[in-house]
Amino acid sequence: MTGAATGDRLYQLAVTGFALVIPGLLALIAIAIGVAAWPAFSTAGLSFITSSEWNVQAGKFGAAPAIYGTLVSSFIALALATPLAVGVAIFLSEIAPKWLRQPVAFLVDLLAAIPSVVYGLWGIFFLVPMLRDHVVPFLRDTLHLGGTPLFSGPAYGPSMLAAGVILAIMALPYISAVTREVLLAVPRSQRDAALALGATKWEMIRDAVVPYARSGIIGGVILGLGRALGETMAVTMVIGNRPEISASLLAPGYTMASLIANEFTEATSDLHLSALMAVGAVLFVVTLIVNGIARWLVWRVASGPRA
Amino acid sequence: MTGSAVAARDFSFWYGKNQALHGVNITVPPRSIMALIGPSGCGKSTFLRSINRMNDTIPGARHEGSVLLGGKDVYAPGMDVVRLRHRVGMVFQRWNPFPKSIYDNVAYGPRINLRLRGRELDDVVERSLRRAALWDEVKDRLSETALGLSGGQQQRLCIARALANQPDVLLLDEPASALDPGATQKIEQLLFELKSELAIVIVTHNLQQAGRVSDYTAFFYLGHLVECDATGTLFTNPREARTEAYITGRFG
Ligand SMILES: Nc1ncnc2c1ncn2[C@@H]1O[C@H](COP(=O)(O)OP(=O)(O)O)[C@@H](O)[C@H]1O
Ligand SMILES: [Mg+2]
Repeated sequence: MTGAATGDRLYQLAVTGFALVIPGLLALIAIAIGVAAWPAFSTAGLSFITSSEWNVQAGKFGAAPAIYGTLVSSFIALALATPLAVGVAIFLSEIAPKWLRQPVAFLVDLLAAIPSVVYGLWGIFFLVPMLRDHVVPFLRDTLHLGGTPLFSGPAYGPSMLAAGVILAIMALPYISAVTREVLLAVPRSQRDAALALGATKWEMIRDAVVPYARSGIIGGVILGLGRALGETMAVTMVIGNRPEISASLLAPGYTMASLIANEFTEATSDLHLSALMAVGAVLFVVTLIVNGIARWLVWRVASGPRA
Repeated sequence: MTGSAVAARDFSFWYGKNQALHGVNITVPPRSIMALIGPSGCGKSTFLRSINRMNDTIPGARHEGSVLLGGKDVYAPGMDVVRLRHRVGMVFQRWNPFPKSIYDNVAYGPRINLRLRGRELDDVVERSLRRAALWDEVKDRLSETALGLSGGQQQRLCIARALANQPDVLLLDEPASALDPGATQKIEQLLFELKSELAIVIVTHNLQQAGRVSDYTAFFYLGHLVECDATGTLFTNPREARTEAYITGRFG
């Protein structure tokens, strides 16, 4: 065997080893959490995910409000962030004059660099009062949405809506950065095709550029979703941390990540610790499922148009 | 000559400092095929893209002189570029269907330009696919993706898509240069049939192709239109030495 061939083989072994480390690590984490969570799961049974009663003294562990809160706050975040982020990306890649692109893109990227606790502070001192004093009155008095369950009930301050808005701002740079890249990667020939058929610039963007980039844009949204699902600090500071399921977005709520962060330091009993591990396990599984669904969507979209 | 579908008058074009066309004068009569030949980089595509103003978006691009479509200057101040491109179809070297269904590809122009819907749109799609000699091959799978078609079919789909706008002029930039001989022949046949309805300007690398399909041939060299004549005359009895050198294969 020549020296070069030996080198090749070593290299191959090394990269194969590295590649196996990742799934191995994932499995180890899953097993560790699963084992630690088992006592709580076996005590609470299915009620762990269906019950709303979380009472450490009584040994009742129903995490439904936290699961609900994680899903709803992330959903609000995507509903707000996606159109905004795609709009920003379209502006930056298609419309803005050249000299404006880099600075604005840099500012948007900077949103991702702000520490989450700073977002939380901003949320407490600016966002929450602004929602309470301006946005909620606007929704109710001007848009007359007070009658709908989503915007009914008292609005003290910390709320699911505040969490959703903060998460939207945090997810925006991820979605926007990915979208910008995929828009720029749309081939010249697709743009030419639309223009040559008499499309305006706007029609070209709408009909040729964005559809071509669709699966990539959804990929960016998934990335933003991943950010939103696991975000802890900022959400904990503005969501109100009340383990109740309420239809109103103005009511306080809870998320799995906040629940773990809030109770971990004071969890003394083994069962309590196990219950928090179990919440972590559910968060892990929810994240996997949501990512799976999203990936399936991308695959479906990418595998071509249906009539 | 009895009018012109397309004409250029002293038309020059620059990409920044680089002059790509030098005072081109040319007339394409209605219902005829004009072939543009010449070595690569001599300005054929630039000229073609000047007719429907696809060069507009290139930074630093600039022109002098005029291009006339049905007697009107396409660069005149009041010209609506979107209307212009609606009236002038263009087919590119590399077929570029949208990643949509076959139907939606052909329907695109009529949808955005004429807001056609339903039965009317169906008719236009069918008629355009028939004119592009593609109908029989795709009529049972109009809702399937256009990307599933063969290269030759995709290129004919692009021709159908351009025809759906009912253009007065069809511009083709080396439409068959990446196709096999069978697919090429289909496209040549199709152009020959289309010529009874509109004017066609085709850029081609392939001299035999120019000889087969065109009524007139224009020879470009280094941004100059060296010679333009009836195809038979240009190939058998060129006036210019450079034309003769090119068609006999001595350079290019
Ligand atoms: N987008 C562009 N920007 C700058 N120069 C260009 C551009 N397109 C073409 N050119 C230049 O213009 C000249 C003519 O090119 P082109 O019209 O594409 O030639 P042809 O189609 O005959 O091969 C060439 O020198 C080419 O480099
Ligand atoms: Mg060319």
